Amino acid sequence: MTRRLLLLVPLILFAGLAVFLYRGLNHDPVGRESALIGREFPGFSLATVADPDVRHDASLLAGKVTLVNVWGAWCPTCREEMPQLMALAEQGVRLVGVDYKDTREAATEFLDTLGDPFAVNLFDPDGTLGFDLGVYGAPESFLVDRDGIIRYHHTGAIRPENVEQEILPRVQRWRDD
Amino acid sequence: MLLPFIPEVGHFALILALMMALIQAGVPLAGAATRRPLWMAYARPMALGQFAFLLVAFASLMASFLLDDFSVAYVANNANSQLPWYYKATAVWGSHEGSMLLWCLMLAGWGCAVAGLSRRLPAALMARVLGVMGLVGSGFLLFVLLTSNPFTRLLPNVPGEGADLNPLLQDVGLIIHPPMLYMGYVGFSVVFAFAIAALLEGRIDAAWTRWARPWTNVAWAFLTVGIALGSWWAYYELGWGGWWFWDPVENASLLPWLAGTALLHSLAVTEKRGSFKSWTVLLAIFTFSLSLLGTFLVRSGVLTSVHAFANDPTRGAFILILLGLTVGGALTLFALRAPRVSQAVTFGWLSRDALLLVNNILLVVMTVTVLLGTLYPLILDALGLGKVSVGPPYFNALFVPLTALLCLFMGLGPVARWKRMPARELWRRLAGAALGAVVLAALAPLVYHGRWNPGVSLGLLLALWLVLSLARDLFDKLRHARSPGAGLRRLAPAYWGMQLGHLGLAVTIVGVTVVSNYNVERNVRMAVGDRVQLAGYTFALRSLDKRRGPNFVADVATLDVSRDGERRFTLHPEKRLYLARRMPMTDVALRPGLLRDLYVAMGEDLGDGAWALRIQYKPFVRWLWLGAALMAAGGVLAVADRRYRRGRAMARCNDEGVTS
Repeated sequence: MTRRLLLLVPLILFAGLAVFLYRGLNHDPVGRESALIGREFPGFSLATVADPDVRHDASLLAGKVTLVNVWGAWCPTCREEMPQLMALAEQGVRLVGVDYKDTREAATEFLDTLGDPFAVNLFDPDGTLGFDLGVYGAPESFLVDRDGIIRYHHTGAIRPENVEQEILPRVQRWRDD
Repeated sequence: MLLPFIPEVGHFALILALMMALIQAGVPLAGAATRRPLWMAYARPMALGQFAFLLVAFASLMASFLLDDFSVAYVANNANSQLPWYYKATAVWGSHEGSMLLWCLMLAGWGCAVAGLSRRLPAALMARVLGVMGLVGSGFLLFVLLTSNPFTRLLPNVPGEGADLNPLLQDVGLIIHPPMLYMGYVGFSVVFAFAIAALLEGRIDAAWTRWARPWTNVAWAFLTVGIALGSWWAYYELGWGGWWFWDPVENASLLPWLAGTALLHSLAVTEKRGSFKSWTVLLAIFTFSLSLLGTFLVRSGVLTSVHAFANDPTRGAFILILLGLTVGGALTLFALRAPRVSQAVTFGWLSRDALLLVNNILLVVMTVTVLLGTLYPLILDALGLGKVSVGPPYFNALFVPLTALLCLFMGLGPVARWKRMPARELWRRLAGAALGAVVLAALAPLVYHGRWNPGVSLGLLLALWLVLSLARDLFDKLRHARSPGAGLRRLAPAYWGMQLGHLGLAVTIVGVTVVSNYNVERNVRMAVGDRVQLAGYTFALRSLDKRRGPNFVADVATLDVSRDGERRFTLHPEKRLYLARRMPMTDVALRPGLLRDLYVAMGEDLGDGAWALRIQYKPFVRWLWLGAALMAAGGVLAVADRRYRRGRAMARCNDEGVTS
């Protein structure tokens, strides 16, 4: 009898595994939950890509729902993401770029070739703001509400389907709020 | 005339193949259960028909690619009119839908091969084996037709141009890597079907193992080659010079390989000694289940990876159901029927039986280690304990000592006798090999590199222990023969297969050890005229140019490499920008050699005419893949053994007897 029960062990183990695999299906593997959600956007003081003499701080984000996008001209995925960012800008979403660990020349050329959806582009060559945001790698995007609170975090490229399904509804929701 | 309808022809052929697979699954299995020869006879023609129609479907998809039919969504997403024709043809399996079709085609191909080559198989066993394969095939054909149809049209808005094939996949390694890997994955379905058939019949005899073993060997050899090609591709295509990343997708291919290796050895014991029967059946189920799990992990988006397919939860759910039905069904059957097939055979604690048991346990532990490491992030996430990733340190820390243990026993196994081996005799025969391995391994780093290195010595110790014990065994076998020539002739291909396979592992271990310890890498900034020294070679950047390829533009660097002041050769690394996807790619310049590779990859343009270059010296890196090739060759060679051929030769005689 014990031997019979022993033969059931593989089946039981597999059933357990299947449960986890099923749960895994419904989880977003890309979205690493940012510890910053619900917190204030970290403070900063950075010049813009366009002009080294123009500096901005966190007050830049006050008053309007903003999507902050961390990018770099060195990052191929950011290139893939640009059409979606252009589409978001066309739909009236305010975009602020954080040009992460990059050079002004490369960034300017990148924006000249692919278009510039950003209202303001902060220049973060040393990655200080990126560090405060806990950025693992570009691109990453943070949705910040009118009070400067981070409401949503997207890791990796914003794909065409994400625009409609994830970004725009959330922008709308925090605008209405 | 028919040209505009090629995708529909393919779609229709796919549906017909599904119908045939359903009949192949239902009728012969029912026939075997109720002993109706006519029903059982359905198995073979249906297996042939399913394969033929899948071939039509596959050819249709390839034709759509070659004709630039961008009205087919899959073609539009994965090709471009400027893509060279050979990449158009191979883009068929460049993404999810087409590669699933290839998967199904290969499954049907293996079924067809069983139907054609195993004619002497008892009718009921044949009906059950093909029936089970038909069941698996039906499931996957349904999956393709319902969730991943490659023939879906984009009508009426036909794009004028395709999005192009992912540049990473525009490469010869990627042309052959997936088919080889799938041949391995899918090939294990044969031994799985044999195992289920044995459970249904409630009986395993020596004839059963003789039928099942060659199929397992060949599938295993394909998988070995597939994994090696994947590693080789990652090495020269990704531009980092790494050859194994413990990436979930790589692990997904390693899992069935480890279980399959255990299965090969367990089958040997079952054939020779009649023991381990239920264990063999369980391993056959495990091996194919892990192949399916790999498919699930890669295609469901459950795990993130550098080369995961487009993520789609619906597809994931479908594959999970397929996985659940196949594996759950098989394991339930196992729990109910295994007592019927098992048989107790005794053996001493020191014997080839016992050593192979240890081999099996170690390989299963290794499989579980890799499986846990791969799924751990998923399990933690599901339990709400946060998101983590498990990296190379975990895998290396567990895998290296387990491999060392495995090698220790691998040296003993071939020399030991079945049933019982006196310890004193084992010691007498292997003491020399052990001593030789220790001395040579201790000295080798000093001779090669001038400084002692415990890691290198350990790795070489394992490899030398394997090689010397194999040599000793061969020597003993020849010594007892009348003349060495007569002794050589008496040795069976299966024996040579074992020798070659084990030698292959030793060669791979040498490669891993040396390249991991003596790899030299420099990241440098170079402008035209600059020189860099590395491992005795001088790299001088002669020029930087631009070049236009069929679907990309590239920056090309030309480096003169010299040694001892003497110019040896030039290298041309490229940084390409693929135009359709605006995707940059590194094209590595390699100077391969048996004892070392020189590896130059372009990083980024630093401005002022300077580029960041990564230059690497990789000693013995080729041995990694050479060893894998030897292992695969060993697996195939063993199939040539007379005892497997006899069945087929007799089958041919019988057929001729019938026709004449």
